[in-house]
Amino acid sequence: MKKIDARGKQCPLPVIETKKALEQSAPGETVEVIVDNDIAVQNLSKFAVQKKMSFKSQKNSEGEFVVWITSGTAADTAAKESVDYCIPDSRRQGTVIVLSSDAMGNGDETLGKLLMKGFIYAVTKQDTLPETVIMYNGGAKLSCEGSESAGDLKNLEAQGVTVLTCGTCLNHYGLTEKLAAGSVTNMYDIAERLSRASLIIRP
Amino acid sequence: MEKPLEFCRGGGCTAKLGPAALKTVLQKIEKSNDPNLLIGYEGSDDAAVYRLRDDLAIVQTLDFFPPMVDDPFTFGQIAAANALSDIYAMGADFKTALNIVCFPENMSLNVLGSILLGGSDKVKEAGGVLAGGHSIADQDVKYGLSVTGTIHPDKIIANNGCRKGDALILTKPLGVGIVCAASRVKASSDEAMAKAIKSMTTLNKYASEIARKYRTHACTDVTGFGFIVHLCEMLNDRFSAVIFKDRIPFIPESEGYANEFYLTAAGQRNRNFAENRVLFADCPFAMQEILFDPQTSGGLLISLDPRDADAALRELKTLGLPCGIVGEVTDKLDKSIIIE
Repeated sequence: MKKIDARGKQCPLPVIETKKALEQSAPGETVEVIVDNDIAVQNLSKFAVQKKMSFKSQKNSEGEFVVWITSGTAADTAAKESVDYCIPDSRRQGTVIVLSSDAMGNGDETLGKLLMKGFIYAVTKQDTLPETVIMYNGGAKLSCEGSESAGDLKNLEAQGVTVLTCGTCLNHYGLTEKLAAGSVTNMYDIAERLSRASLIIRP
Repeated sequence: MEKPLEFCRGGGCTAKLGPAALKTVLQKIEKSNDPNLLIGYEGSDDAAVYRLRDDLAIVQTLDFFPPMVDDPFTFGQIAAANALSDIYAMGADFKTALNIVCFPENMSLNVLGSILLGGSDKVKEAGGVLAGGHSIADQDVKYGLSVTGTIHPDKIIANNGCRKGDALILTKPLGVGIVCAASRVKASSDEAMAKAIKSMTTLNKYASEIARKYRTHACTDVTGFGFIVHLCEMLNDRFSAVIFKDRIPFIPESEGYANEFYLTAAGQRNRNFAENRVLFADCPFAMQEILFDPQTSGGLLISLDPRDADAALRELKTLGLPCGIVGEVTDKLDKSIIIE
């Protein structure tokens, strides 16, 4: 597998270097690209969709995203759907799931936690994944060590979903060192993502 | 190993913060209640207008950015034309300008001299006075102007005053950001870059003077947010617009470059911000990218009485840049912009 480290390089360089590597690849060969921002991931996704190549991405940390694009794989269904909808990203753009508590619904606390665990598991099985999952206040506990949902959140992240937990909240609950899935974010980022969202889901 | 000095690393209006980020932050800043502040930043307008007397207001704006071309003199010209543009978008007259410079201490002062000469060249052409400036030692080159103009308070052309039935005219070709991105990786032709530079160095003064002769209801300059986002601001959730993609003026080479993915981060940010508000009926990928492409020193987008559109366009054509009647303002529809 060819690997490109495009961190520190401005668009269009990550896409152009990836394109060159793919042109020199055998059909079916995968190129791995590391970039340092989400916009570069989106531009790579846009490229893959237009070229009808399969695309996968994963966020490792705030400044490190890994993208895999496979040359000559014309039949990727996710890419095809995106072309039809004119949405150039296989993660559905604009859908944000907000988890503001570790329990779902009002009533019995134990039941609420059980429901939340079930909800997050069910999200991982959906055909269309959200673009982002944001956790704050009591929701911050869900992405930390000891949470039964940490594995499901890691699963979402591996499928390209941006998983974010409010840093102030982690700090408040003394969980800063315990984050097990996704990365830490701040209120500016949360405000921007929520105001940009076309659909916000709050279970 | 010492890093080589790089003059141009993909600048111009592609270096702007994204519209979403900006909106979030600006919403939190307290607005002024001074009744003489006729236009502040709440309407995302081009410049600030402050009334001094019943018949006189000052118009203030500033803009600066990193180089998007390799030649320092040309960069100075472009940065100045771009900074002056906001004054012309409001229909004001340019009076004075101050230089804003960020410059690395270890770069040749000849480069700085050429940038400032380029800027002064455009200020002179615009008929104003360069009155001073400030410089800061910085890692990268950035240059621009703080500009002051004057206007009669009743003659202000706001960016969001359009009316139903208005014709929309664009006075410069789109695709400048894409051509500059291609040029950065040495993939653009000299002809394409020459067209982009001609467009970027052309003052919007002349187009503004023509717009003022007709029943113009709204005007903005198309810059970093690209055609779509600037048009969204103009429509202001009160109207929608139908855009005819075949009438959009653009640098022909940019279409091929877009298909080769010489695309900027700023273009993608613009897409993220406004894609939900646009219906692309049968619009190819490259044209979508051209419509989202961040423009440096782009043209004026003019919303005017449809009966004046043909005459205004005839006059604008004499300025020598591709331009066109690109669409019309309609009642508010489900989407803000429909591309046909």
